[in-house]
Parts: sequence; C-alpha cells; structure tokens
Amino acid sequence: MTGTRMRVLLLHLGVLGALFVAQFFLGEYHHTNVARIMLLATYAVGYNLLLGYTGLMSLGHAMFFAAGMYGTGLGVYYLGLGAFSGFTLGVLAALVLAAVFGLFALRTSGVSFLIVTMMFGQACYLTILYFNEITLGDQGFILSGKLPEALVISGVKYNVALAVFAVCFAVSVVIVRSPIGRILVAIRENEERTRLLGYNTYAYKLLALVVSGGMAGAAGAAYALLFSYVGASFAAILFSIYPLLWTLLGGAGTTLGPLLGTGVMFYLVDVTSGWTSAYLFVVGGTLVLLVLFFPLGIMGTVRARLARWLP
Amino acid sequence: MTDKTKSRGPDTNNKHTITRRNLIKAATITGGAAALAGVGTLATGPLARSAYAAGSDSPIRIGFQVHRTGIGATYGRWYERTANAAAAYMNENGGIAGRPVELVPEDDGTDPKRGAEVVEKLANQHKVDFVYGPLFSHVVIGSAPRAGELKIPYFVVSEGYHVASGKLNRYVFQPGITDVRAQVSAMAPWITDNLGKRVTMIFPDYAFGYDHRDFFSAAVKARGGSIAALLAIPPTESSYTKYFPRIPADTEVLYHVMVGPGVLTFVKEMGEHFGSKRPEIFGFIDSLEGVSIASPGLEFLEGTHLWEAMPRYADGLDTPYARHYRSRVGINAEGASAADPKDVSTNSHMFGCWETLYAIKEGVEQSGYRSRTPDDVAALIETMEGFRGFNEGIAHPQGPKDFDGKLHQCYGRQFISKVQGGRLKVVHTTSIEDGKYAPEGDYTKQPL
Amino acid sequence: MSFWPHLLLALLEGAVTACVLAVTALGLSLVFGVMRIVNVAHGEFYMLGAVLAWVAASMVDSSPLAGFLLALALAPLVVGGLAVATDWLVLRRVDYHPESTIVATIGLLYILQQAVLTFFGPDARPVEAPIYFRVSFPWFGYSGYKLIVIGASIALLLGAWAVMAKSKLGLYMRATQQDPEMAQAHGVSVRRVYALVFAAGAMLAAVAGVLVVPIQQAHYLMGLDPLLLSFIVVIIGGLGSLRGTIVAAFIIGMSDGVISMFFAPTLAKILATLFVALVLVVRPSGLFGERA
Repeated sequence: MTGTRMRVLLLHLGVLGALFVAQFFLGEYHHTNVARIMLLATYAVGYNLLLGYTGLMSLGHAMFFAAGMYGTGLGVYYLGLGAFSGFTLGVLAALVLAAVFGLFALRTSGVSFLIVTMMFGQACYLTILYFNEITLGDQGFILSGKLPEALVISGVKYNVALAVFAVCFAVSVVIVRSPIGRILVAIRENEERTRLLGYNTYAYKLLALVVSGGMAGAAGAAYALLFSYVGASFAAILFSIYPLLWTLLGGAGTTLGPLLGTGVMFYLVDVTSGWTSAYLFVVGGTLVLLVLFFPLGIMGTVRARLARWLP
Repeated sequence: MTDKTKSRGPDTNNKHTITRRNLIKAATITGGAAALAGVGTLATGPLARSAYAAGSDSPIRIGFQVHRTGIGATYGRWYERTANAAAAYMNENGGIAGRPVELVPEDDGTDPKRGAEVVEKLANQHKVDFVYGPLFSHVVIGSAPRAGELKIPYFVVSEGYHVASGKLNRYVFQPGITDVRAQVSAMAPWITDNLGKRVTMIFPDYAFGYDHRDFFSAAVKARGGSIAALLAIPPTESSYTKYFPRIPADTEVLYHVMVGPGVLTFVKEMGEHFGSKRPEIFGFIDSLEGVSIASPGLEFLEGTHLWEAMPRYADGLDTPYARHYRSRVGINAEGASAADPKDVSTNSHMFGCWETLYAIKEGVEQSGYRSRTPDDVAALIETMEGFRGFNEGIAHPQGPKDFDGKLHQCYGRQFISKVQGGRLKVVHTTSIEDGKYAPEGDYTKQPL
Repeated sequence: MSFWPHLLLALLEGAVTACVLAVTALGLSLVFGVMRIVNVAHGEFYMLGAVLAWVAASMVDSSPLAGFLLALALAPLVVGGLAVATDWLVLRRVDYHPESTIVATIGLLYILQQAVLTFFGPDARPVEAPIYFRVSFPWFGYSGYKLIVIGASIALLLGAWAVMAKSKLGLYMRATQQDPEMAQAHGVSVRRVYALVFAAGAMLAAVAGVLVVPIQQAHYLMGLDPLLLSFIVVIIGGLGSLRGTIVAAFIIGMSDGVISMFFAPTLAKILATLFVALVLVVRPSGLFGERA
C-alpha cells in the first residue's frame, strides 16, 4: 500500500511540477491558454468531486462559478477591495450559495436533483440580469485599472492560476483518498446501503456540494481577477454544461481526468475553429461519442486498462 | 488613395521633443497631403494600383472577430460580407500603405469568454496587426481588457455606449459607427417636435436597452417632453401581449427597441392590441435588421417611423458613394442580398465594417505604422487620436463623421424613415451636431 | 387599462402559454414516465417543429392554411423519425442508463442547434397564421389564432389521453411503465414500445412548435425556454404523472400570465423557480408524484 501511496503522491506532484516548468517553454499564446485551462480545470475538479465521486450530476454549476466571479468582481468594483480580499469574498459567496442551495436541493435526488440544479442555475442567471443596476446585466463590467498592475503580466497570471489549481487539486486528492472520500464513493454506489450503515448521507452530500461549489467559486473569482471581466454569460446554461463535458471526457471519478478533459476540449475547439465555426457540433458530437464509445473517459480508460492504482 | 479624406493628421502639440515617432508622423502627413491632392473621387485607375509596387508586399493582417454563431449570427454573416467586400476593394486599389490587406476571421460565438480568447489567438498565434469587427457589447467589453493588456489596437463596430463612456482602454477605437447615446440624442428632438411629447418606452431588459432608457429619456426631457412609462422586457420573453396594457392611455409616442428573434411577434401583437387606435410609434431599426419590412405580421408598422443609421432602401441615400458601397457589398435597391432577395441585410450596422477598415487604413498610412512594435502601435494610436473626422466618400459612404480623439468615438448623421407601402422612406436626416453630448472620459491620458 | 380587463388579458395569455406548455411537457413527462429517462433535447424537438413549419410554409407559398396543414403532417413525421433514430443509434446502446441518456441528449441538443444554424441560418423566421382574425374586446384586441391554439392543444391532450387510456398501445405503454420485465414476459416488445414512446414524446414537442410558430418565430435558439418550463412543470406535477403534468402546466402557465401583471417579468420568472423549490421542500416528489 505504501508503494501505491508513493506512486500517487509522485504522480500528482509530478503533474503540478510539469505545469510549473511548462511556463518556461510555452509560447506566448499557449502560455495564456494553459493559465485559462488551469482555472477552468479547477472548476472541473470541483465538479468531478460531486459527479465523479459522489454521483450527483449538476446542470447548474455555473451559478457557483458566477458567485465567485461576481463576489470578487463586485467587491473590487464597488468596495475597492484588493485582489486577495476580493478573491476571498468571491470564494465565500460561492460557499454560502452552495450551502444554502444544498440544504434545499439535496432533499431531492436522481433526476429531480439534476433538474433542480438546472432551474436554480437559470434563476441565478436571471437574478444577475434583474439586478442590472448593480451587476450591469448581460454586458458585465471590467476590472482593469482597479486591480494590482502586476496581474497584467502573463507570468503572474500563469502562476496565480497554477496556485489556485494546485490548492484545489491537492484538496480533491486528499479528500478522495481520505475516509470521507470512501464514504462519498459508497454514496455514489449505493446511497441506501450507506445510510443503513449509519452514515448521515445528507451531510456528506452537502459537504461534497459545498466543497465543489467553493472550488467553482475559486475558479470564477480567479477568472475575474486574471481576465478582468465579469459578465452574465458565465452564469448561462452552456457554462454549466462545460464542466460536465470536461469531466466526462477526462474521466469522471479520476483525479487527473478534469485537467486532461479541460485541456483536450479547449484545444479541440481552438483547433477546429480554424476550419469550421460549427463548434457546437464538436461539443455535441463529443458528448454523444463519449457516452457511446468511451464512457470511462480518458483517465478512466487508462485506469481500467493500464494502471488500476490510479485514484 | 482613391477617396477624399480630410483626416487632419495628428495633433502636433502633445509632444515637444522630436522622437522617431514624430519624425514618422511628419513624413506621413506629407504623404497624406500628396494623396489628397491627387484624388479623383471614383478613380480606380492604374495610378492607384501602382501604389502596390511601392510598398512591401507582406500583407497587413487584420484579425476579424466575427459573430458566426450565437445570438449575433445574423449580423455576423453580413459583417463578414461587408468586411470582405471592403478588403477586396481596398486590395484592388493599392491596399493599405501599398500592402495588401488580409482578414483573419475567427468566430467568437457571440460570447465574451470566447471573445477574449479570440483576441489572444489573433494577437499571439496569428500575429495579426490589429483586431477588428465585433458588434455585441458584451463581447466588446469582455474582450477589451485583453486587447489592452496585449497592447493590440482593437477596432469595434458595435454602436454601444462603451468606448465613448471612457470605461474601456486606450487600445479600443470605434471610428466607423456612431454610438447609441449620440444616435438617440439626435433623434429625440425630431420625435418630440413631430410625433408627440409624452413617450412610453419599450426596451429589452439588458444593457443595450438601458442605454436607450437612460439617454433617450434624458433627451426627451431636455426637449420639454415627458416619459409616461418605461417597460423593460426580459430577454427570454417570447410573447408580449401581456405588456401592452401597461402602456398608459395618455401615451402620444410609443418608442420601441427590441433586439432578438422576438421582434416580429412583438410587432404583430402590438397590432392586435391596438388595432386602428394606436399612438404614434417610433422604433429603432435594430429590431428589424435582417428582417424584410414586408414580412407577414409587420403590416402594423405601416405609417410608423424607424431610425436608420444607413438607409436600407437605395433611394434613401442616393449618393455615388452609397451606390458604390452597395454594389461592392452586393445588396440590391431594397437592401437585400443581390444574390438572394429574401436575404435582407443589416444595413444600419454593417457599413461600419466598411468605414472602420478605411479608418484603419488612414491611421496606418498617416502614422507610418509598419509592424506591431510598441513604437509603431503608439504612433498609430496617437495619430488616430489626432483625427478630427472623415469626409463622405468611397471610404465613408454613410456620410461625413466627426471623430473625438479623446473618446475614440466617431459621430455621424442619422436617418429617420417612415414605413410606406411596406418599405422604408427617409423623411428626415439629422445633423452630426444633433447627437453631440458632453464627453465623460479621456483615453489620451492613459499610458500607452 | 383598468384592473379587470387587464386580468382578463393576463388570463387569456396565461391560457395560451399553459396549453402549449401542457402539450410540450406532456411529451417530456411521457418519456420519463415510461422510460425513466430525461430528454434534455426535448426543447430542440420543439424548435425543429417550428423550423419545419417554416420550411413547409415556404414550400407552399400560396396558402398559409395549406402550409400549416403540411407542417402538421411533416413536422411530427420528421421529428418522430429523428427520435426513433436517436433511440436506435444512441439510447438503446447505452441501455437507457439515466445519466448516460442525459449526457447524450445534451449532446444531441447542441448538434440539432448547430444543424439548424448551419442549414437554415440564424434568422428568426416568421410564419403566417393559417387563419387570421382579430377578436375585438371593448378594451383591447386579441389574436383569434391564439384561441385556435388553445382549442387545438386541448384536442391534442384529449387525444393523447384517449390513446393512453383506451388503446392497446396505451395499455402496452402503461404495462411497460409499471414493470418492463413483466410486460416483456407477456409478449410486449419493450424495445418497440420505448422507440414509440420516445418518438411520441418528440412528436408532441414538434406539434407544439408548429402550433406556436405563427405566434412566435422559428429560431435555432428557441428551444431552451420551453425545456426549462417543461422541467418546472414536470417536477411540480410529479415526475412521471401525466395528470400532474397537465395540472402543473395550467398552474405555471396561468400564474406566469398573472404574476407578470403585478411584478417585473424577470422577477416573475425568478419567483416561479423559487416556488418550485418550495414545492420540493414540502413534497420532494411533486404534487402528484408517485415516487421520484
């Protein structure tokens, strides 16, 4: 077992190390792309905790991303908060939203839960539009000039994104390998039995949802800081579908899957946009093909075929 | 140079020491003057073509951020046609500074997130000289910070009140289309003088609607009019009948601006509601861009008025420049595609693509811009900030423009048309001054 | 306008919304009830119905009525065929696994949107009403076609009820819903029933799209709203309960009409969602749900 633990530790540290080293070799364009991918992957890592390990599928996760984004953005824009306190406010906003939402929504399960998440996501989107005097509605607002100058430098962007990703990634690996993670998986496999064994499954699911929402919020908060824009499209339904797509592509229930899925999908859209603007075919087609021929995703398949020790 | 331009070069007061940049400018002003002297209005002869030979043949690459998919796709299709037509015509006539123009299009899905990525991709991967072309405000606002950080000039054709609000940055310009604040300020006096003073506004419940709400109602009040009611309609709405009872009975003018796929329903239901007893109705053409005025359900608009930035029907602006523009872009006298009369253009917006490309051309030629080095970019920006306006001509078929270098925004005349016999007939043309307002920002104070 | 005429108008509008919604949501509910799967592409079938109505109308330029009747035949056929193909090519292969189905139908949603954008363009397409007259009330005018929509929807709902309750097919469906294995054992081809039900659900959405297109326009992004509304309806009504679906459609449709009289409409939509949340807290299985 210690051998496995060592391998797991080395692998995950190695991935973070590779991401750190990559910044010295990447060209200008890919440098920013990878920074983006790391933030989006943070969002997917949180999503995976819920879908991959707890078995709860959310179609409204963009509301947590948006809570982080708007918490940070509004704090910086109106209260003049600095980058760090703005970030903290954003993450807090997402955590609170996830907790309140979870208290209601987790009373439902299965398909009802899924539909409720979708509707709440849409309600949050409409709320942003409704309070347009504050949020500036669909047009959104810009944070440039209100943030530390250093955030303009691409090297800073890269390492801030890496730091946010590394923390969430580490937290997810720790949770997954802890007793809590095993209970979450037990809930995924058979909630009834887990409850009969004496576990308060509602509380565990709530915990998973709050951590997942918090990570989405952290991603959203950092996204606002690094790319200086806060807008309602980040709360729209398509933005809730993306983490699902990334997680499934990379492999739900694998720690590395979300990062890989986000990266592959980002470049898939980016490269195909060179020869077709029909990128929704790419998104939709990928989803259908995944379900049909590749249900375990990339890392899930690797784990099943090559390395069963992967977490 | 085949067009009459009156761009009056850079403001020479703002620099006292002689730098390389100033020298370049000085040299190009002379060049510009020479070109001005030699213009024949529509001459596209060998003289112009020979300009090619003089310059380097490496193309000027202009990244084109285009709404091919998403909610802006109707506009995007026409923006692309217009931009291609402008680039093709330019290339037949010497390109920009003797270099051919190459448009590098990328779809942004009408999405601010992808928009910012597209700016990065164009700037860093395709290594274009400038980025150009977006219409939807949220895409502009979402992309502008990245353009500023990457220090790449970003020319938008958006009509929104964002460049002129002073909230973007020094790299963003809107030299080809008037912003909405100026548009509505210019129209309001005509409306209160000719249609009525008590106005109810119906507008979409998002940012574009708020610009109308704020600036139009202010302009109406400034002319002694008053606002009877403000009705914001949510963007997801698909039926409007239930809103019409909220229109107060003492409304003299109903002002509507509806953007999006719901507009035909809106008009039809408005007709069903009012029948023959209707107030005066004034609309913003954005509602009906890409839509035939003769569509079923639009009969109710007969006798009402619409604002146009550039008349859809050829007789509304019968100048050689407008005719030239229409034939090059490929639209017929009814404002529809010459190839497919059912494919109606977005003529009140897309001319901005044509004119913006020419504004870029003038900026490049007068600043001596050669490649995207900090010096050349700075020279281009300072040169364009020195522009005072553009003359009507091949390059600016919609009409003359004033340009405010501090706000990076241009101002042109506007048209008010009446729906008569299922087509639009221009009944009034505003002057550029009608739309002027006190500026709220100054980009030239920002560092480059 | 004074209060009572305003209320009358709101109720009329609410009734139109409710009827179209009931037809659309019934399709979703039927599919969930029998097959236990959620079709996220349901709204796109509605959109396809609307777009096909436009295609039909432009094929028969001469008479809006002929175009409309053609659309009523064409749209369900095409959409139903597409649904059968989806069932055959995708859903059957993932064994109707609930989550795989959701992901696959999300994929289908984007594929259909893109297909319509690519082949029919981004413009909103108007279709003339087959029969047009304006009903004049003393206080306001109203579209006669909307009254026809109400009538046609009610006829459709009654027809669907008759099929479910009286026909052999309905019996097979109900048997499959209660216990697929038992039904199979009694000689019901569950596969065929599933394909039929999925097609029937899609066809209901398509017909709703045809009915609505003279009121709205056909546009490739029009599917999301009916999908979300159908979800709300299906949840409030209780997943899988057809009676609940119809009742909930009328509650939601009518209240949407009336609430937006008193509140800002965007707020009304937010309130509707919170109302759903409340229902779920009190009754997680919906108003008429047997089991969630």
